[in-house]
Amino acid sequence: MPILSLVTFLPLLGAVIIMITGGDEATKAKNARSIALWTSLIVFFLSLQLWFGFDAESPEFQFVERVEWIPSFNIAYHMGIDGISLFFVLLSTFLTPICVLASWESVQYRVKEYMIAFLVLETMMVGTFCALDFVLFYMFFEGVLIPMFLIIGVWGGPRRVYSAFKFFLYTLLGSVLMLLAILAIFWQTGSTDIPTALQFAFEPGLQRWLWLAFFASFAVKMPMWPVHTWLPDAHVEAPTAGSVILAGVLLKMGGYGFVRFSLPMFPLASEYFADFVFTLSVIAVIYTSLVALAQTDMKKLIAYSSVAHMGFVTLGIFVANQEGLQGAMFQMLSHGVVSGALFLIVGVVYDRLHTRDIDRYGGLADNMPKYAVVFMVMMLAAVGLPGTSGFIGEFLVLVGAFQVSTWFTALAATGLILGAAYMLYLYRRVVFGTITRDDVRVMPDLSWREIVVFAPIVFLVLWMGIYPSSFLKPMQPALANLVERVEAAQRAALADAPSTLASR
Amino acid sequence: MAVIVVFAPLIAAAIAGFFGRLIGDRGAQLVTCGAMILSAVLAVILFVDVAILGNDRPTLSLFTWIDAGDLVVDWALRLDTLSVVMMATVSVCSAAIHVYSVGYMSHDPSIPRFQSYLSFFTFFMLMLVTSDNFVQLFFGWEGVGLCSYLLIGFWYDRPSANAASIKAFIVNRVGDFGFALGIFAVYMMFGSLQFDAVFNEAPNAAKETLEFLGIEWDALTIACILLFIGAMGKSAQLPLHTWLPDAMEGPTPVSALIHAATMVTAGVFMVCRLSPIFEYAPDALAVVVLVGATTALFAATVGVTQTDIKRVIAYSTCSQLGYMFFAAGVSAYGAAMFHLMTHAFFKALLFLGSGSVIHAMSGEQDMRKMGGLWRLIPITYGLMWIGSLALAGIPIFAGYYSKDMILESAWAAHSGVGQYAFWLGIFAAFLTAFYSWRLLFLTFHGEPRADHETMHHVHESPKVMLIPLYVLAFGAVFAGMAGYHYFVGEGRAEFWRQSLLVLPENDAIEHAHHGLPFFVPLLPFVVAIAGIAVAYLCYMARPGLPAEIAGRFRGLYQFLLNKWYFDELYDRIFVRSAFRLGYGFWKGGDGAIIDGLGPDGLAAATVGAARRASRLQTGYIYHYAFAIVVGVVVFVTWYLLRSAG
Repeated sequence: MPILSLVTFLPLLGAVIIMITGGDEATKAKNARSIALWTSLIVFFLSLQLWFGFDAESPEFQFVERVEWIPSFNIAYHMGIDGISLFFVLLSTFLTPICVLASWESVQYRVKEYMIAFLVLETMMVGTFCALDFVLFYMFFEGVLIPMFLIIGVWGGPRRVYSAFKFFLYTLLGSVLMLLAILAIFWQTGSTDIPTALQFAFEPGLQRWLWLAFFASFAVKMPMWPVHTWLPDAHVEAPTAGSVILAGVLLKMGGYGFVRFSLPMFPLASEYFADFVFTLSVIAVIYTSLVALAQTDMKKLIAYSSVAHMGFVTLGIFVANQEGLQGAMFQMLSHGVVSGALFLIVGVVYDRLHTRDIDRYGGLADNMPKYAVVFMVMMLAAVGLPGTSGFIGEFLVLVGAFQVSTWFTALAATGLILGAAYMLYLYRRVVFGTITRDDVRVMPDLSWREIVVFAPIVFLVLWMGIYPSSFLKPMQPALANLVERVEAAQRAALADAPSTLASR
Repeated sequence: MAVIVVFAPLIAAAIAGFFGRLIGDRGAQLVTCGAMILSAVLAVILFVDVAILGNDRPTLSLFTWIDAGDLVVDWALRLDTLSVVMMATVSVCSAAIHVYSVGYMSHDPSIPRFQSYLSFFTFFMLMLVTSDNFVQLFFGWEGVGLCSYLLIGFWYDRPSANAASIKAFIVNRVGDFGFALGIFAVYMMFGSLQFDAVFNEAPNAAKETLEFLGIEWDALTIACILLFIGAMGKSAQLPLHTWLPDAMEGPTPVSALIHAATMVTAGVFMVCRLSPIFEYAPDALAVVVLVGATTALFAATVGVTQTDIKRVIAYSTCSQLGYMFFAAGVSAYGAAMFHLMTHAFFKALLFLGSGSVIHAMSGEQDMRKMGGLWRLIPITYGLMWIGSLALAGIPIFAGYYSKDMILESAWAAHSGVGQYAFWLGIFAAFLTAFYSWRLLFLTFHGEPRADHETMHHVHESPKVMLIPLYVLAFGAVFAGMAGYHYFVGEGRAEFWRQSLLVLPENDAIEHAHHGLPFFVPLLPFVVAIAGIAVAYLCYMARPGLPAEIAGRFRGLYQFLLNKWYFDELYDRIFVRSAFRLGYGFWKGGDGAIIDGLGPDGLAAATVGAARRASRLQTGYIYHYAFAIVVGVVVFVTWYLLRSAG
């Protein structure tokens, strides 16, 4: 059974079904919601089969499907996952039903189109992580932008058009350079097959150019400082579920790209540019943490905190040792879940009071105790308290980074302090204190639907914190393989270096 | 058995926390106190079995926690003497305080939440002391920090409590920043974070160097100093002490349990636990001595001027922790642990006693508004005396044995820092006795200074609060006598066995047992009596004297009253500049520079360029033709030059 294709394209089928359902406005909305929910749930349970059936000992691509597509150019429909992509697929399929459920009541305008957009988005996300052919990958990778652009631009806040365009142009600009690099790779290897390109030894000079082209695309997606300014705007204007997917999955595409492409294909360039990346990462951690401290808008604060957390990820990826890479991967998964949850948490109070202004709240612990508990757990995960998912990633990244550079590690570790400062400060202003306003006092606690949304996330955050082996194990062989190859390439280059000097 | 000791509080916390509404206040109290008493009884049995009877118990591995690269870490319970001493101390104090809280918090609307937090804290503390690796130690470390944060901010509707809780968490994070870097350094040197693996390799690493922040360091020294920064945060040592006095915003049982008896001693425990590394890093030990001794004196000087009854005891705690640290720093780990244990009893007693006073005074904490209480609450009065006698180190009380041992070890270390610690310690001992009796006299003696209404309501606490006090008082009297032989006396080698490492040449306790000058053991007692006498003079015989002295030495008095201006300094340097920088980066960096030059600027430039380009479209054929010709010429020239080159 072609399970990968099934997981990838089933949401699209759901979208088609929603499209052809008729009836009056209310029935259409009702049907669209339940079809979207059921489709995404079925996809999630199907995708769990990938985890159960995954051979955790093997670094190879699994569940591989390959059909010739345009044979004259060596382009194929080639899908497969390894330990690096497995959990990103699961993250996408996990968050989509949660998003559908979170939009159940808050979206009342053009529900049908909204649900279609989310299901199409799911197909694109899963496809991005499964594609093993550059053409396919590029189609999915860019395809993500369209539904996301619409979600922000149609269902967003007052400045949605500005934000949607900023988001679209920024990410597209980066991607165009990547397209050029993909063409160059095609000319070099004679194929668009990703596994082939991963084995190919590119010339050192060419590596740098290609690395930079890929970097342009992934750094924007990540986003890294200083190309991060689209993110706060996009988050603020996006509807809650849009923010969840944006923070939860879309940002991870940048990190996935670095691990999947930049590091194995361009090991020498990765080493050459490592200090550059470290510098940007550390700036991201400190700079955006400080900016987060000064925010008065809840969503902006969390958006900036995302940039800081992604700083840890890029640091971990380019230290390119086992601890750092596993930490970076884990940090991405953890951040996907936690920041998604934090945006949902903002969404809960936004649905009730229709403002994200922190000062409008305060004292919610009194009338919303369940909400306070969920918020507390997520806040602790965000500050990386041991026992939650956030700790494992940050800790491993820093352990790995310390072996490469104590300076960058010490500077990045200040993020532990600053992160605690802005999150605790946010929590205090929203949840603690006394209630001074009447409209805040009458806000009801979490509804059953909202509890159903949060329960799996809380469970997952604790599971990842207490028994992370379930997640670390399957990614280990693929990453070990990657580290080995990067080191081998760097050793070979070192061995070559004296001889090239001599030949001059 | 150890599993029950550690996890019973967790289960109780979960039950009280999640089903508090279902089982009610009484149910939550029963569950948490029951679980805690069970845990305490089993912990004492474990203590007797492992420490006194000398049965070795293997480390209990529960399951793998992290496995990445060479880094493998388990969830495990390590049960050596050091662990069981801490387990017994923590769980006994915690059980007493759980029971006390039943009475103290009886009027509070959220009792299940409070009991749940207390049990949750105890769980983390027990995980901390039984850890078998650095990462679980860090887990417990941050976990107790979390509970401390939750409990300081327990009354979350008070702005001051919220501010104090955040401050506690963040200052601790500053310490943990150092701690984490220390862990990374250890991992880099030893390739493992399991205690046994690291300890076995430590002697071989003594000469290695490590580059940290561009400087080449002795590897063990820098690792130990970084780890010690974590201990400074948790144990409120200079300059990371500022959170502890503010932490008194929490309910009094919290101050007793977390900010006196257990959590704040975690730093001392850590240094003792890591003695097999610290022993090979003499420079790091010297730093420990300097920080500890300076804090011991600093906190005592501030304690002399405070008027809030709990803050006096808080500074006293800070000061006593300093004693423990400089004991550890001169390799007298046994003495440090001994003082840790006795201090847990008498300091918890003092806090709970002052809680009893506050309870009686309907919430008043200012000593200037007390006075004349001893007839009204005689039992509390007596218990406070016991606590103060133990704290001041008067013979036969617990503090006498442990504190004297520390001072003697400092002298016997025969080093410059040892002498420094000894003399500062002696001076601090004088101040300790002074502020303790100042507290007693101001609170219990003299004319009542409270209003009539309050005085009318003054009453002795109920039994449920007094019985835990009796338990702690028993410890404050007898723990010193009973423990001396095992902790620091002749039996110490069989008692501690492998859990502490002291190199023969560093063994200050051994030196202290032989040939000290006569005045060294005598001096602490003399200065304590002097301190009491001066306090009597100032607050009983001539009550006008303190104000007169404060008036004469106005600058010094203000300096001490304002706690050496640490808070103001930090606020100005770190807190405000962080907010200012954040705002600047946001508006200036993101807004003006990045967006201004980037997307917004580009958009504006594109619009401008389009407008200019449209001006080129004049509609005259010869303009276009001219452009084409120019273009062709440029292209041909470029092509020729390129092929020629």
